[in-house]
Formats: sequence, structure tokens, C-alpha cells
Amino acid sequence: MIQVSGLRKLYGDTVALDGVDLHVREGEIYGVLGESGAGKSTLLRCVNLLERPTAGTVTVAGQELTALTERELNRARRRIGMIHQHFALLSSRTVAGNVAFPLEVMGVPRAERRRRVAELLDLVGLGGRGGDHPHQLSGGQKQRVGIARALAGDPAVLLSDEATSALDPATTHSILDLLKRLNAELGLTILLITHEMDVVKSVCDSVAIMADGRVRESGRIADLIRTPGSRLTRDIFPLPEPAPPGSVTLTFTGDPQRPVVSETVRKFDVEISILGGSIEELAGGSVGRLRVAVTGDTEPALAYLRERGLIVEVAP
Amino acid sequence: MTWDEMAPLLVEATWQTAQMVGWSTLFTVLLGLPLGVALVVFDRGGLLPLPAVKTVLGVVVNVGRSLPFIVLMIAIIPFTRLVVGTTIGTAAVVVPLTVGAVPFFARLVETALREVGADVVQAAQAMGAGRTTIVGKVLLPEAFPGLVAGLTVTVVALIGYSAMAGTVGGGGLGDLAVRYGYQRFETLIMIVTVVVLIVIVQLVQSLGDVVARRLSHK
Ligand SMILES: Nc1ncnc2c1ncn2[C@@H]1O[C@H](COP(=O)(O)OP(=O)(O)OP(=O)(O)O)[C@@H](O)[C@H]1O
Ligand SMILES: [Mg+2]
Repeated sequence: MIQVSGLRKLYGDTVALDGVDLHVREGEIYGVLGESGAGKSTLLRCVNLLERPTAGTVTVAGQELTALTERELNRARRRIGMIHQHFALLSSRTVAGNVAFPLEVMGVPRAERRRRVAELLDLVGLGGRGGDHPHQLSGGQKQRVGIARALAGDPAVLLSDEATSALDPATTHSILDLLKRLNAELGLTILLITHEMDVVKSVCDSVAIMADGRVRESGRIADLIRTPGSRLTRDIFPLPEPAPPGSVTLTFTGDPQRPVVSETVRKFDVEISILGGSIEELAGGSVGRLRVAVTGDTEPALAYLRERGLIVEVAP
Repeated sequence: MTWDEMAPLLVEATWQTAQMVGWSTLFTVLLGLPLGVALVVFDRGGLLPLPAVKTVLGVVVNVGRSLPFIVLMIAIIPFTRLVVGTTIGTAAVVVPLTVGAVPFFARLVETALREVGADVVQAAQAMGAGRTTIVGKVLLPEAFPGLVAGLTVTVVALIGYSAMAGTVGGGGLGDLAVRYGYQRFETLIMIVTVVVLIVIVQLVQSLGDVVARRLSHK
């Protein structure tokens, strides 16, 4: 749905993006993680060409945006929704007026506009608040207006730059739930930027981790979790890194209730002591990670664990 | 001089002032608003960056702003004659008043427009809005309370300028104060004129404040 290739962006001497490739599949929620200054916002703003990339191409819904004229681009942008960290609502307009803005831009007639606005406000749970001004709303409600506005053009794609960073945890939760619902009900593809691992854990299907203008790691979360040495896995689980020499880190997906560890101890001549670990609930199911010390006849025991579908990493 | 003698003089002078200020306000808005918009739109990082054009406009505005009004008024006499065919009377005064106020108002417009958040403009761009739409539906409406405040300041300045301009043939309250109050030592008329001016300025300012406040949804 979104295909970014070889994207570079320079601001004078600053290299904000240094050859970024990104592939967002239709209907997925794709998270971009990274520290401040990693280039996340620049990347997102290049996706709808608010920022002209220095090099590279951006294709959204089959249309190569980087090849369009300004007029064509404006047309294409109407099908790419965007929500903002500080909501970016027009204070001169009511809530309904804000949601109507993109419809006016698209030239939708007044009666039709009114109907769509009411529909959209209902969809985001703000039915009846159309006459209020943005300053009368809470942060979460403002973001809902932002979401309703972003959906006005029936977009295939929604871009979100830190849309929950200005909100408290409970409100963040409700906005993420709304995004998940829109993703499920409307098949909306969402590319979201965040620096909160919790956001990635609770809503994302795929993720890209950025540092210094490059993507360090990307893919489906379920796949990354199963990739030994994955940075994402290390970031998700609160285990001390690097692992102590000789220790074994086990990652298990699927049903964490299976008594694999005790089975192993029974079957082989080993002792396993637990150094640390946790189970995390991810959008795709729960994943556990356990750091253990194994003593005794280790090799066959570890082979058995691998056979049972666990990812086994032995620290050198 | 008695009140009965003074009243018609005051009424006429107030009417002349109102005409001078009214017409020059109208022309100032018609010329100054687009100029202020141009200063923002053509700026580096603006909607249509044309830094060279913006620099030229900026210089023109600064020149206009740095001339004392009384000097400007005399310096542009040939221009005034060209436009209205005469250099005396209310119509002739409207020309220097407008020329003096346009750069002033344009700067205030520029300031008000710059107050509009870059994020709102970008949000509009992200929705596929073109430049004209952004100016008309985002920049101007969002800056409206600021524009009204700027207009209020401009009208008050125009009332002041008009008192000066009046002395060279436009009539009005300033002229009345000078001719009767100063040249004929009618202290009372001087005082009354000053009071009327204060009241007018006060009314304009209060009206502007109320309108700006009612329009602001912050
Ligand atoms: N308009 C700009 N002009 C100059 N440099 C810029 C501009 N925008 C971004 N940069 C630079 O590009 C780099 C990446 O910035 P970007 O805003 O994309 O980071 P980010 O990952 O979104 O960070 P944050 O988490 O703080 O929002 C930074 O070094 C930043 O200083
Ligand atoms: Mg950012």
C-alpha cells in the first residue's frame, strides 16, 4: 500500500534520511520507532510529500507520488489522511467545520457535506459535539476530531505522527482502540510514528526501527520476534543487555502455558535456573522471553527446546 | 464663542474626519491586506517562496513606514494630483492617508498571519488544499482576530494622521482645533475638539477589542 524506496532527505548538511526503504502492506498497522532525531517525522512527511525527498520514490496505493505534478499531488493527498501530535485543528471553525474542511477542499456540495460530517463524528464517538469549538474539547476529543477530519476523504491510508504523545495513558489507550477499530472495520492501512514501545506492542502488526536516518530493522513483529538477535525483541523485553556470558535466552511465542522448561529438566540431565523474564501481550498474541542459566548436559536440552519451537540464544 | 456657534462647526468637522478616515481605511484594507499576505506567502518557507519579490516588497514597506507622515504627505503631492486631480479637500487627503497607512497595516497583517501555526497550514496541505484555499480558508480566518486588532490600531493611527492632513485642506477636527483653537485663541473649542477626538479613539478601540475578542476561539 505504501512503498518507499531509496529515500534520502538532506537539510543543508544534515542527513535526515539516508536511504530508507519501507513497505507497508494493505490493511496493516505499521509502526515506526526510533529515538529523537532519527528521522521518523521526516520519513512520514515524505510519504505525503509535505517534504520533498532529495532522492528516492514514494508510491501510495499504486500511485507514484514523487512523479506527480502539484495539482495531481493535491488530488492524491485527499486519499491520504494525516493526524498530528498537536491536532492542528482550525480554531476559527467549529468541530463540524473542521471535519467539513477537507470536504470543502474536495468540492463536496453542502448538503452532502453536512451528512458526511455527522456520520464521521458519530464514527469517532463525537456525535452531537459538532457545534463546539476545539478549545472546548479535551485533548482526546480533539484528536478524535483530527481523526474524523482525516477520514473525510475516504482515505486508503492514515498517517499519524505521534498522535498520542500529547495525551495521558487512558486517553492514549482509547485513541489507539479507535485506530484499531478503524483498521479492522474500514480496512484502513495505518502508518504511525511513535517513540512509545507500548503503542507498538498494543496496535502494530509491523514495525521499522530507525536510527540516524536509516531503518535498522523492519518487518512483521511476529517475524522479528522469531529472529535471533532482533533489536525489537531486546527493546520489548525488560531484560538486562547484553546477556551475561553463557546465559541462555529463550523466546517463546504461542501458548506460554506449555510447561516446556520443566519437561526439559525432567527429560535431560540439566538444571535450569531462571535469571529473569516476562510475558508481553502483543497485538498478534502473547510472547514470553526467559533468561536462564543451564548447567549439566546442555546441548541436547537446548536442541530439544529448539525442536519445541522456542528461539534459543546462547550468550558467548 | 457659544455652544450654539460651536455645534455646527464640530458636527461638520467630525463628519469630515469620519469621511477621511472612512475612505482611507477602506483603501488601506484593499491594498494593505493583499500586501501583507504577499509578504507572508512569498517569504522563504512560505506557500510560494519568491524571496526576491518579498525583499523588494519589504523594502518598499519599510521606506513607507520610515517617512514621517507630514513629509510623506508633501512628498507625494504630484502623485495625489495625478490620482484625484487636486491637492486640496477631503478626497485629496485620502490619498496620502492611504499611502501612509498601507505599509503600516501590511506589517500588522504580516504579523497576524505569522501567528497562524505552521502545523495548521501543513495539515491543510496534507488534505490537498491549494495555495488559494490555504490563504482564504486557513490563514485569513485563523488570523482574523489579529487582523481586526491590527485594523483597530490602523484606524486610530489614521485618525491621528487625518488631524495633520486636515490642516492642508482636508478639514476635520484637527483643522478645526488649529484654525479656531490655536489661531483664534478659542481655548474652549480646542478643548472640546480634543475631547471629541479622545472619545472617538476610545470608541474605535473598544469596538475593535470587542470584535476581536468575540471572534477569537482560543
Ligand atoms: N525543517 C528542517 N530543517 C532542518 N533540519 C531538519 C528539519 N526537519 C528535521 N531536521 C533534522 O532532521 C533530523 C531528523 O528529524 P526528524 O524530525 O525527522 O526526527 P524525529 O525522529 O521525528 O525526532 P522526534 O522524535 O524528536 O520527533 C534531525 O537531525 C533534525 O534536526
Ligand atoms: Mg518527530
